[in-house]
Amino acid sequence: MELKEKIAGNEPFPGIVHETPGGGIVVSTFDSVINWARSNSLWPLSFATSCCGIEMMSTASAKYDFSRFGFEVARASPRQADVIIIAGTIVNKMAPVLKRLYDQMADPKYVIAMGACAISGGPFFYNTYSVVKGADHIIPVDVYIPGCPPRPEALLHSLISLQEKIKLGMTREQIRGEFKV
Amino acid sequence: MTNEEIKEYISSLAPAATYDETGEWLNILVEPTALKPLMANLRTGKMQMNYLFCVTCVDFKTHLTMVYHLSATTHRQSIVIKANVNRDTPVIETVCDIWRTAEFLEREVFEMFGVQFTNHPDLRKLILEDDFKGFPLRKDFEDPINMIKL
Repeated sequence: MELKEKIAGNEPFPGIVHETPGGGIVVSTFDSVINWARSNSLWPLSFATSCCGIEMMSTASAKYDFSRFGFEVARASPRQADVIIIAGTIVNKMAPVLKRLYDQMADPKYVIAMGACAISGGPFFYNTYSVVKGADHIIPVDVYIPGCPPRPEALLHSLISLQEKIKLGMTREQIRGEFKV
Repeated sequence: MTNEEIKEYISSLAPAATYDETGEWLNILVEPTALKPLMANLRTGKMQMNYLFCVTCVDFKTHLTMVYHLSATTHRQSIVIKANVNRDTPVIETVCDIWRTAEFLEREVFEMFGVQFTNHPDLRKLILEDDFKGFPLRKDFEDPINMIKL
C-alpha cells in the first residue's frame, strides 16, 4: 500500500482474523501490535514555555479533549511521559533544561514541535541574542505544527499524525532502532 | 505640583537641567555629575519620589542615555530623569542606596548596555550567562552564530 493511503487508512487493529469454529485467531506481528498499543497511550509532559501552552491546555480541556485519542493526561514528571510537546519559545538558558527533560523521559519517547518558535525561533524573536532558532537544534523532533499559535485542532491533527507515524514505525527513534545491531 | 512648579524646583537644584514635555511625563535631562545629589533630593525632599519604577538606557549611537522613571505614590506624580553618558566608557553613579530596587535594575542595564555604575554593591550580570560576550541591546551588537541577517 502507498504510504499516503496507509496514513489515511488508520487501521483499527493491525492483523487479520482467521475465523475458526467457536471464535477466531488473530494473526499479526509483535512490532505492529506493540506500535498500535504504544500509539494509543501517549501521555504528554506538561511542558509549555509560552502562549502555545495556552492552546495546549485548551486541547487538553473538555472542548477538544485529547484524552479521546489516548493522550490521557499531562504528566508533571518526564519519567512518566511518552511525548513532549514543545509549546513555546526555547531560549538559550532553557535549552539545557529541555535537553535534560528529554533525557529523563523513558524510551520510547516522541517529540512534537508546536508553533513557529519551536520550529524556527519564532516570528518575533528570529534576531534575538537569547533564542534558540528551532527546538530541533537541541532534541530530535517527530512532528512539526506551524502556526502562531496553532489552533487546538491543529495540535489534535499533529497528535493523530504522530500516532500514525508510530503505527508505521517511522518516528526517528524507531528508525534508529532498526539500524541498531 | 504642576509641571511648571516641578521645573522651577528642579532648576533650583540642577541649573543645567533641560526639559521636554512632549511625552506622557515631564522629561528632565541633567548632567551625569549632577544626577546623584538631585536624585537624593527628589526622594527625601518635598517631591517625595519614593518609587523608582523603571531604570533603562537608550543607545543613540553617539552616546548612551540613562533613563530613570520616578513616581511619588503620595502625590500621584511621575517624572522621567535622563542623563547622557559617554558611549566608549559609560560610567554613572549608582542610585541603589536611594532606591534599593535600583540594584537589580542597574545590573540589567549593566549587562545589556555595559554601563558601569560606581559604588554599586554587586555589579554582576543579572539574566545573561556569566560568560556572555558583548552588550546585546546596543545598536552595533552582532552575534554571527545566532543572528539571521536580513
